[in-house]
Amino acid sequence: MKVTCNIDVHHLTRVEGHGNIKISIKEGRLEQATWEVVETPRFFEALLVGKKWDNAPWICGRICGICSIGHTLASIRAIENAFGMVPSEQTRKLRILLKHMETLQSHVLHLYFLSAPDFLDVGSVFPLINSHPDVVKMAARLKLLANDICDCVGGRRLHPTRTVVGGFTMLPEKAELEKFRSRLLDAIKDLLATAEIFKTFSLPDFVRETEFVSLKGDNDYPFIGGDLVSTDGVVRKEDEYLQMTNEYLVAQSTSKWSKLSRGSFAVGALARVNNNFAFLDPAAREVAISFGLKPVTHNPYMNNIAQLVESVHVVMESVALIDDLLGSPWVAPRQPVTPRQGIGVGAVEVPRGILYHCYEFDGTGHIVKCDCVIPTSQNHANIQHDLAALAGKFAAEGMQDRKLELLAEMLVRSYDPCISCSVH
Amino acid sequence: MSDTLAKPKTYLGVPVHRPKVAFFELSSCEGCQLQLLNNEATLLDFLSLMEVVRFREGMTGGTDDYEIAFVEGSVTRQDEVERLKKIRETAKVLVAFGSCACFGGVNQLKNRFSMDQVRKEVYGDHPIDTDVARPLESVVPVDLRIYGCPVKKEEVEKIVTRLALGSEVFYPRYPVCMECKANGNICLFELGEPCLGPITRAGCDSWCPSNRAGCWGCRGPADDMNITQMVSIMEKYGFSRETIVDRLECFGGFSAHIETFRDAVDIREKVQKT
Repeated sequence: MKVTCNIDVHHLTRVEGHGNIKISIKEGRLEQATWEVVETPRFFEALLVGKKWDNAPWICGRICGICSIGHTLASIRAIENAFGMVPSEQTRKLRILLKHMETLQSHVLHLYFLSAPDFLDVGSVFPLINSHPDVVKMAARLKLLANDICDCVGGRRLHPTRTVVGGFTMLPEKAELEKFRSRLLDAIKDLLATAEIFKTFSLPDFVRETEFVSLKGDNDYPFIGGDLVSTDGVVRKEDEYLQMTNEYLVAQSTSKWSKLSRGSFAVGALARVNNNFAFLDPAAREVAISFGLKPVTHNPYMNNIAQLVESVHVVMESVALIDDLLGSPWVAPRQPVTPRQGIGVGAVEVPRGILYHCYEFDGTGHIVKCDCVIPTSQNHANIQHDLAALAGKFAAEGMQDRKLELLAEMLVRSYDPCISCSVH
Repeated sequence: MSDTLAKPKTYLGVPVHRPKVAFFELSSCEGCQLQLLNNEATLLDFLSLMEVVRFREGMTGGTDDYEIAFVEGSVTRQDEVERLKKIRETAKVLVAFGSCACFGGVNQLKNRFSMDQVRKEVYGDHPIDTDVARPLESVVPVDLRIYGCPVKKEEVEKIVTRLALGSEVFYPRYPVCMECKANGNICLFELGEPCLGPITRAGCDSWCPSNRAGCWGCRGPADDMNITQMVSIMEKYGFSRETIVDRLECFGGFSAHIETFRDAVDIREKVQKT
């Protein structure tokens, strides 16, 4: 039977921020499929103009309530690059450890609290507290560990306090790091158990060839700074980020959109795994292979699995980072800062993909121009293209509206969008 | 949705009413709501205190039958004014949740410019709708404020427990400085770090100063504060007027107090004009 239906999801749930899905199908033919972003802009790029450099990380962290650590670190990196500063090895390691734990808490939040309810046919994680208490406890345990380490290293899990240009205001206690080491090893077991749970879920069978953009690994799986790469073969320097993002404005969205070699591209865990698979920790790679995830995977729903793979990777690497940090004496936490005129770019892989901050400073260290390109804003056009292809495919197959609505919602959720962040 | 969690709670042997609670967000990072999910150790106990009937970021579905509305974010567009008025009509208790809702938060920093300027800076000539960033109480009456950027989850739990039990909610009248001293920290002024601890409302347990980061006043003014004296002490320690005003204006809590200190800060205007 040929399907005729209208799907209108106003303010999609279990995502950060406000977006709408509209699909209209007439007699099996797709007439419209739209991903609308209606979030109010907050104008961070405008409100920073005229502010002194030290305001930027503090204020820009507030762009996002989930990846505030990533925004703070991108902001700091942009400023350090503008002022010609190179962080100490100790600072570099502490920042990556902090970054990893944000990645873990964000991925676990998405996998268990936002994504899993779809596969278990419930509206939220709340009913799972009674039906799957051990699983919810495990999720809470993983998130708590990640957040505890963020508190310890960054001062606060949300809107961190210790992270500053030049390093950290203070250092964690080594005894604390030591304790986290054993909790991290336990977390591996929880993550492998999580993998077994996700193997019981059937991911929708949908593939659309996509260009994937991320940082480019040279020796390791990259998270902070370095060259930029796409699966279509584009390679650029960090400060050439505008050639990767190519932002433009569209009527259906208060967020800007991006494109590169095609009509759209994707960033995020799947993009990183696709581009830097060889640098994954062996344990993480094994999980990837057990799900059939290998480069280049074009099923957007596999971003969930890529997040799980990355969770294993960041935990393994955090154990090694803690060993490194414990093995050498602390040096001064913070370098002095000398502002100078110039432009600096910071590219950081945050949970939802590659994030860029760029500031132009005058000679007194005041911001003349500010630009932030958010992962989700880079994904919006790709979500739109996926949504149209998905609706077209399943409408032709005669899928009923209720099922199609769920698949469309799950598609958007797979990108783990951070919509208020994308509009900023 | 969270009905399944309902286990009868009692306080001193008396059954406790489990209020229906809804969460909403206007212009914000949604971080304050997430702070609740970030409280893994006590989340389940916390949820047993109330029935969450609407929480878009965490659950599908829900009803508009609620008693307490937590509203995060500031008002920056007309549709938010309408949404907020509707929430006000429904809720018995409207809680301004976090600094954006209480004071406008970092969003109100754009009010330093005209809306035409901010639109042009970010969107060029593309039409985009925005208005000055305002706290909730400039649109509707607010019953209760939970301060902070972000809110402190321990404080949220304390306040929600009191709401559920029907007892009075109160805030510390004294400044962050008191908590900082009690925590045994070295004064940040001595370490060369600017700090608004002497004038900002306590309740965060000196969250930032205890991490050796000066206070930016996200919780707004303490009841008993002397802002003029603080500015003169900070100037004695060598902090520039610009640094002091940057902090005073960051979250909007001191907006009623800062105009007199702003005169020396024309550098912004200079940059803006170039």
